[in-house]
Amino acid sequence: MAKVLMKGNEAIAEAAIRAGCEAYFGYPITPQTEVLEYMSARMPELGRAFVQAESELAAVNMLYGAACTGARAMTTTSSPGFSLMQEGLSYIACSEVPAVVVNVMRGGPGLGNIQPSQADYLQMTKGGGHGDYSPIVLAPSTVQETVDLVILAFDLADKYRQPVYVIADGMIGQMMEPVELPELKPPQRPERPWALTGAKGRPRNIITSLQLDPPTLEKVNLRLQEIYKRIRENEQRHEEYMTDDADLLMVAYGTAARIVKTAIAKARRQGLKAGLFRPITVNPYPYDALRKAADRAKRVLVVELSAGQMLEDVRLAVMDRRPIHFFGKMGGVVPMPEDIVDAMNRVMAEA
Amino acid sequence: MAEVKEEKIVFQRPKALCDVVTHYCPGCLHGVVHRVIAEVIDDLGIQEITVGIAPVGCSVLAYNYIATDFAEAAHGRAPAMATGMKRVHPELVVFTYQGDGDLAAIGTNELIHAATRGENITTIFINNAIYGMTGGQMAPTTLPGQVTTSTPRGRDTKLAGFPVRVCELVSTLEGAAYIVRRSAYNPSEIRKLKAAIKTAFQVQMAGLGYSLVEVVSNCPTNWGMTPLESLKWLQENMLAYYPLGDYKVKDSVKELMAKK
Repeated sequence: MAKVLMKGNEAIAEAAIRAGCEAYFGYPITPQTEVLEYMSARMPELGRAFVQAESELAAVNMLYGAACTGARAMTTTSSPGFSLMQEGLSYIACSEVPAVVVNVMRGGPGLGNIQPSQADYLQMTKGGGHGDYSPIVLAPSTVQETVDLVILAFDLADKYRQPVYVIADGMIGQMMEPVELPELKPPQRPERPWALTGAKGRPRNIITSLQLDPPTLEKVNLRLQEIYKRIRENEQRHEEYMTDDADLLMVAYGTAARIVKTAIAKARRQGLKAGLFRPITVNPYPYDALRKAADRAKRVLVVELSAGQMLEDVRLAVMDRRPIHFFGKMGGVVPMPEDIVDAMNRVMAEA
Repeated sequence: MAEVKEEKIVFQRPKALCDVVTHYCPGCLHGVVHRVIAEVIDDLGIQEITVGIAPVGCSVLAYNYIATDFAEAAHGRAPAMATGMKRVHPELVVFTYQGDGDLAAIGTNELIHAATRGENITTIFINNAIYGMTGGQMAPTTLPGQVTTSTPRGRDTKLAGFPVRVCELVSTLEGAAYIVRRSAYNPSEIRKLKAAIKTAFQVQMAGLGYSLVEVVSNCPTNWGMTPLESLKWLQENMLAYYPLGDYKVKDSVKELMAKK
């Protein structure tokens, strides 16, 4: 299929449609709103469900309702809206229904601003809502990869019956790149014996996250932990870029990783051998792969559009085997490649 | 030998009501309303296409008693959840069962917007003027002067504002098709309640818009009364503030009822 030029947010929407998304619910919030706008036109023309919800609270619970019936469903939002969704996402995780959520992150905390940021990393990867749950989080760094990961998100949500998040940011949502999309097919549902579709010819189904008896709720939790273990064993994904001979291992994801790639090219022209380790699943985090990559380098430099949130995972992976440094920008400020090259030179000068 | 007369069953448990003991307190009307819903589901023959949504509150376990597919919602969010279900499965009959705290405090937004969108769902709203499950705190529908564990000197409207009249509020919305208030304090009222719930489900099945049946109910435990005293208190105090009646019956609903 020929490539088309698409804005990130529109690509998120069309990718979901191609993945067989039957229902979309959302609330306008910059820099994500084009997903909602795009869906408002496309979903009804395909005979699929679209609702502009009255809030992110409502949107996530509409998602929960649609997911309970076994439909592939999605909501998208940006940081403050994602905070509002935490309650529903905790219920979705406990109830074991599949759902896809895209967070096009913006500057925070509070109302913050509408520029790109990666400051929701901990909220997204470590649960975010109440209770012991651990959503899969996919981190694209190009518009094409966003398309691919939105489609993967639906497959993983189905496979594990858990919420799957795509962690994007204002840069990915707003920029245009050529993308290739799979062909449009009518949505097809796999067998879902647990879904609420009316108890015709089968015992009735109940979907609840309430278990008043502690040993029963413990069993639910143990089952969830078993799912997360399977996810950790099977779903870790990452990319390594010029790491074979790298003295300095850069670690970054999403938009930060794109800028780091340019910085690496510049640094290498100056004689600094650097490479990039880019986690694609930031939960489950590819700890072992990162440790191995770090062992081949002399130093590690983490770059994020935050105060250093993924830094905690890098420390868990590398421990004290190599010195770990950090360069971050906050508040929607996006660094130039030169800023990162400067940071790389400073780090290597310490050696 | 005396002639043996053929016996005829005149009363039995509805098919859509589970054969279990409920957790409700003695004298609570939740059990009566559950039964009435189950009777309507039987009468309409919709057990296999109905999905219920339980709230957070005393009726959080409603799914253990009404024998259809069921989900349990987050506090107040049942109408949003019902919207999600109904939009992908318009062939289902989707109803929410909600108390006053769930529907008229934490979930007001979801209620208002489901109603104004004209979602083809039905809400059964149990108004007993108190938070039952958490032990008797002020509800959005607690009457002025009513003593609760969080209004120990009675609800002071200067401090805690006024009770919400849900039917009056929701009936102003264009998407609302059938909005009525009933009770269940005696057999006659229970029959009227059943007729209203049946109509509400029929409104949904005909795609006429949002339907809500409020049930002015009781809470002997947290009101600190015997069941009989609570029914008397309901009639003497609640009905004045929450008059029974039809608050909105769209012309399309009237036409539907005329045909039935």
